[in-house]
Amino acid sequence: MKILDYLKENILYLDGGMGTLLQAEGLTAGEHPERWNITHPEVIQRIHRDYYDAGSNVVSTNTFGANLLKFSRDELENIIKAAVENAKLAKESSRNHGEKYIALDIGPSGKMLKPYGDLDFEDAVSLFAETVKIGVKYGVDLIYIETMSDSYETKAALLAAKESCDLPVFVSNAYGSDGRLMTGASPAAMVAMLEGMGADAIGVNCSLGPKQLAPIVEEILKYSSLPVILKPNAGLPEVINGKTVYNITPDEFANEVKSLIGKGVRIAGGCCGTTPEYIAAVTNLKCETPLLTVKKSHTIVSSYTHAVEIADSPILIGERINPTGKARFKQALRDNDLDYILKEGLDQEARGVHILDVNVGLPDIDESEMMTRVICELQAICDLPLQIDTSSTEAMESALRRYNGKAMINSVNGKEESMRKIFPLVRKYGGVVVALTLDENGIPETADGRVEIAKKILSTAAEYGIDKKDIVFDTLTMTVSADKNAAKVTLDSLEFITKELGCKTVLGVSNISFGLPARDIMNSVFFTCALERGLSAAIMNPYSDEMMKVYYSFRALHSHDENFADYIDFSSRVSTLTTASGAVNAAVSSDDTTLRGAIIKGLREKARELSVDMLKDNAPLEIVKEHIIPALDVVGKGFEAKEIYLPSLLMSAEAAKSAFEPISEAILKAKVADEVKTTVVMATVKGDIHDIGKNIVCLLLENYGFRVIDLGRDVEPQRIVDAALESNADVVGLSALMTTTVPAMEETIKLLREKAPKCKIMVGGAVLTESYSRRIGADHYAPDAMDGVRFVEGLK
Amino acid sequence: MSIIKIKEYPAPEVNRSEILRYMQAKGGDSALDALIERGLKLIEDKLCFRVCYAEFPVSLRDGALNLGFTVTDSRDLSKCLNGCDRILLFAATVGIELDRQILRYSRLEPSMALCLQAIGSERAEALCDAFCDDMEMQYNEQGFSLRPRFSAGYGDLPLSLQEDIIKTLNTPKNIGVSLNESLLMSPSKSVTAIIGIKGEK
Repeated sequence: MKILDYLKENILYLDGGMGTLLQAEGLTAGEHPERWNITHPEVIQRIHRDYYDAGSNVVSTNTFGANLLKFSRDELENIIKAAVENAKLAKESSRNHGEKYIALDIGPSGKMLKPYGDLDFEDAVSLFAETVKIGVKYGVDLIYIETMSDSYETKAALLAAKESCDLPVFVSNAYGSDGRLMTGASPAAMVAMLEGMGADAIGVNCSLGPKQLAPIVEEILKYSSLPVILKPNAGLPEVINGKTVYNITPDEFANEVKSLIGKGVRIAGGCCGTTPEYIAAVTNLKCETPLLTVKKSHTIVSSYTHAVEIADSPILIGERINPTGKARFKQALRDNDLDYILKEGLDQEARGVHILDVNVGLPDIDESEMMTRVICELQAICDLPLQIDTSSTEAMESALRRYNGKAMINSVNGKEESMRKIFPLVRKYGGVVVALTLDENGIPETADGRVEIAKKILSTAAEYGIDKKDIVFDTLTMTVSADKNAAKVTLDSLEFITKELGCKTVLGVSNISFGLPARDIMNSVFFTCALERGLSAAIMNPYSDEMMKVYYSFRALHSHDENFADYIDFSSRVSTLTTASGAVNAAVSSDDTTLRGAIIKGLREKARELSVDMLKDNAPLEIVKEHIIPALDVVGKGFEAKEIYLPSLLMSAEAAKSAFEPISEAILKAKVADEVKTTVVMATVKGDIHDIGKNIVCLLLENYGFRVIDLGRDVEPQRIVDAALESNADVVGLSALMTTTVPAMEETIKLLREKAPKCKIMVGGAVLTESYSRRIGADHYAPDAMDGVRFVEGLK
Repeated sequence: MSIIKIKEYPAPEVNRSEILRYMQAKGGDSALDALIERGLKLIEDKLCFRVCYAEFPVSLRDGALNLGFTVTDSRDLSKCLNGCDRILLFAATVGIELDRQILRYSRLEPSMALCLQAIGSERAEALCDAFCDDMEMQYNEQGFSLRPRFSAGYGDLPLSLQEDIIKTLNTPKNIGVSLNESLLMSPSKSVTAIIGIKGEK
């Protein structure tokens, strides 16, 4: 019988610990247990057989760390071949007459993925794929990915398994006593992501005993429509007479596992400290098979830390990461100014949105590359789930692949072509998809017409195996000034879909008031109407106080706000709403009344306000030349004279940047022809992930009015050359912190000399010296950030 | 080798002048103090204080120092372990969330990123101090004394020893610390070190 069929009618029993048993047999610390498949096959076979004899249906091969990071390709193949062979021999010789299966066991790589470590996501996928392919070649029944403590690595392993074979894939994670993975994910977030990606069973193993894992398992049971795995340790380790002893007996273990099987666990076994005795105790208890796993209907998106459920209490989706109608944002995209885009995300987070919409579509940029970069950078610094908003299927797939969680997908519609392109992506990567009620015939003018399209979308989605919980309908906000019935049709179809089809809904609210004055007022009233009719989520501008007032009041009035805590918190902020970076510098003394003073003192908000004020009577560039630069010079000279410390220099630079923001908007608005500015391309070289120093130099250079193209960290030499040529750069600034990455710097310089000989090259970073920088061919060595600025100034 | 133990500590007391020292701003001023206070608040509930450790026998023969999990010819470590017959090997971390915050603020507010770097260094050292004090007490009770901690990269002890340490203590699984190709640890605010145990008081 196939394992998934067996699982439909039965509790499936896994095996117990392997490592502890091998240590008892003489495995030493630091020795790779996987090699024992070849050197001690009889020991491995005996352990596997003992588990089958104890009642295990599934034995996992001794391949926990079998991957290309630890072994050569040849040795890896030999190890996995022997491991599968050992399991097969045990299976044949076991006295157990029940169903018996062999799982290819896959543990974590031991490396951290980028950006916190140096293992690239795609490299991780290839690494796991190699192990899976070999295992499948030698004949296993399923893939078991276990003890993963990072959500991103879990995703890489699951993706590798799904792309490399058609076998069932089980996934279990190691949660800490705080109920989260080592890198932060909650159980609900993991359920959302793994279920979305098509795992066949999910759950927990290792780290704690069954009692401590109980709350985590219950959380998983609450959200999972898949069979749930429980494979705990034999309690908690204690040290008695210099030996590690797990603190619960086989009987205690079995009773606790049984009580969780009673709550819905379908797959049970043991991890560290458990032996065939423990498994026998569990299988002997003859747990009654509970009802089939219940299908859950929660609509959930997730980030690397948490899940956001789209349910009764409405959700806000921030719309500001979008270039439409925003000259400043378009400029940022063209300049590769990721800081501006990321800051837009963080500011919205501070305003209280739950999900960020990300749209970076511009005709003249590579959207796929930009989207993936923005998604990766955003998810590294912001824990909100993201909504990937693009009409390019290529950009959508590339971003979904790299997304660390279950994303919101914007969007699909009733056109055959759209569904044919988007639904396979939803099926493969998981996601909650926004479905627009329009099709080949356009947007229906009646509510009935839009509902019909919704039904068509639902039935097509079902053919792809996509549940209705993963579809959120957008009944399309049309401009009311163009059609007086527009709002009514949108709201009627919204209500019908909510009540009759039982689906969740989303609207982009602001389009309603297009062409009318005082749009905020009408938007917020339309938002109220939509919420009353059942709207689940709004794509909106969180900087609009009117909208936020409606939102918090509505939640309080509809008992979604316990003790009115959110409302009260909002009310205290409403009059003084500032950006995320605001609320700093409360104390303002007398000489801060000038822009110059505010910058010297590093007061961001004040500097911005003063700059806005000054723009009323002064030309933008005048302010830069007469006020900002002189202030920075004071601070810079102080720094050079060691009278001012680096943090203070930075605070001033940040204040100057914040003062510069309204000025650059004014310049864009006035469409003043760009004066030809010195252009600097900045990058931390390939292999190096340290960028604080480089960021400081970027900030100061921007302050001084130079055009800065920041390529980020770990940048390939070719990309630096390309950027230098494209932007016609005058200077390239390279940074490296580690001795191991200086060769990459040298390589970059060589390539630059060859392809972009006109560029001056300055270098900096902790390991460099004047003489060394000359040796690798740089024009200038900058011992600190101010020196870098002086060098670029000197080139004018 | 003894078994690997894992221990979690409560947040150690904060030493603000150490943070200023790491920021290369000794003395400080009111603006820096405010920055530090804000930084401490930001990461208040985002750190963990985890350590894993194990004991090994140590012996010196013909200039080769056998540490029980690896062999080195480091003279500086030999000097430090003079008279010891065992060592404690440990790895400590304050967790990955701090790296996220540093990355986040390097975008949002570089001065805060710098401040969080300094706070992280101070926190990691404070964790090591807390662990060492704890061990000191335990070993003193049994009549042993401990030598100061010594890390790979100090003196002539090569950084490449990190690979053996990470593998031996199985830190990726036990406390979530892994090593990259440049031998740097992730989370970045992590420490490994060796402590000599002296036979008699």
